[in-house]
Amino acid sequence: MTDAAGAVAEAGAEAYPRIVAALIRVTGDWTLAEDCAQEALAAALERWPRTGVPDNPGGWLMTAARNRAVDVLRRATVERRKLRDLALLTDPAPAPPEGDVVDDRLRLIFTCCHPALALEARVALTLRTVAGVPTADIARAFLVTESTMTRRLTRAKARIAAAGVPYRVPTGPALVERLPGVLAVLYLLFTRGYDADGEPAFAAEAIRLARLLHTLLPDQPEAAGLLALFLLHHSRRAARRDPSGDLLTLDQQDRARWDRAAIAEGVALLERAGDGPYALQARIAAAHATAPTAADTDWPAIAGCYDALARLQPTPVVGLNRAVAHGYAHGPAAGLALLVEVRAGGALDGYPPAVAAEAELAARLGDPVRAAALFRAAADEVRSDPERRALLRRAAELSP
Amino acid sequence: MKYMMLVCTDTEPDRDPGAAPDIEKWVAERDANGQRLTGSRFAPPSAATTVRVRDGELLLTDGPFAETKEVIVGFDLLECADLDEAVEVARAHPMAYAGRIELRPLVED
Repeated sequence: MTDAAGAVAEAGAEAYPRIVAALIRVTGDWTLAEDCAQEALAAALERWPRTGVPDNPGGWLMTAARNRAVDVLRRATVERRKLRDLALLTDPAPAPPEGDVVDDRLRLIFTCCHPALALEARVALTLRTVAGVPTADIARAFLVTESTMTRRLTRAKARIAAAGVPYRVPTGPALVERLPGVLAVLYLLFTRGYDADGEPAFAAEAIRLARLLHTLLPDQPEAAGLLALFLLHHSRRAARRDPSGDLLTLDQQDRARWDRAAIAEGVALLERAGDGPYALQARIAAAHATAPTAADTDWPAIAGCYDALARLQPTPVVGLNRAVAHGYAHGPAAGLALLVEVRAGGALDGYPPAVAAEAELAARLGDPVRAAALFRAAADEVRSDPERRALLRRAAELSP
Repeated sequence: MKYMMLVCTDTEPDRDPGAAPDIEKWVAERDANGQRLTGSRFAPPSAATTVRVRDGELLLTDGPFAETKEVIVGFDLLECADLDEAVEVARAHPMAYAGRIELRPLVED
């Protein structure tokens, strides 16, 4: 990649949502806004290697996109007012929002994540319109054809116009009501969709959007919590797999390969993150991320976070993780007691991680025969070969 | 934008146990602030007549054309800035608690 191409990518990542959002606000035309922003990036790729990178790359891109939009609209002879508003659209990097001035990008995020759109459409639209991910890449990660994804995006945009979804950030109690939905879309964007190597496809985009959201809504603790959670999970990206691509558990990972800068940023965010579900998950991730070795892990702190999380989200999987944490923090008997409690409902029957967790607790309670049998039972239920191999290895260690 | 608000019963027995708002108050407030242009309850589906013309011949059927268990029991025509405002109006209606409400934008040229 040449320096100019790198500069386009960098400026584009920062400026793209701002440009699209501003053009949508003025023209009301989503497709026009996206096309013009893309064309500005293409023009920069063509120009900057020859002319050098401009002093204000974001401003250059905004101007190029605006001029393109003016051309298109002039040819379509739309109303004068839109053209006049477009002509005024010069400020490439407006001052941070103060008082009632709402950042265009926030408007765009809340509109793409509007609950009147189907959840899948919200995720795809946010990736396409706010993060600027090419439709082909979104389609590949979600295992559909490009034309299917194009149709899905077109339908979503048509629905925004036809149903009257506003281009607006809700305020007061409505903001409190809508924010969790926006965070949930970013969370899905972080976790759904996979690269060829099995890693999340859009983790970097999700982090960029979560950082943007946190910057624009600094007083919302869960926005800080979500960004912290993303950063802390992402910090382990380089250490998560062995050379053959098999997943490694936390205690098997080479902690020297964890991203210290991401961990530091995530931990610092926790000061303003409150005690919502994302913040609690981030605190758990932080306890792992800051332990020099697996043996140094602060399990009582993690168990406490799971207690709080289980009160907010009393799901079987949270209950399972809580039992495991208590098993390390307060001994295997305490963990097993909690596990029996969660499994009583039957929701975790045949769920391999639950069986494996019980096996681990049985082993630590000095019952290797039962533990080995449970590990084998868990191995029967898992779908991936590496996981099955790991479980059978544990069983063999206990009863050779 | 104008929204046709279709007020329906719901086959799901999942009515909200919370106290539903009062319909008289709902109508009076929305009439006063201009969000509700008109509206009415419907007579029961047994009073419905379905009209078709085929081969130039008038065909009348008793009952509604859609044989569903959900029944449209009334409508209100709303004038709202956007979907968010229409949703706020609909969520304050008692049938949002006991049934379901469909918001259909009118195509305005």
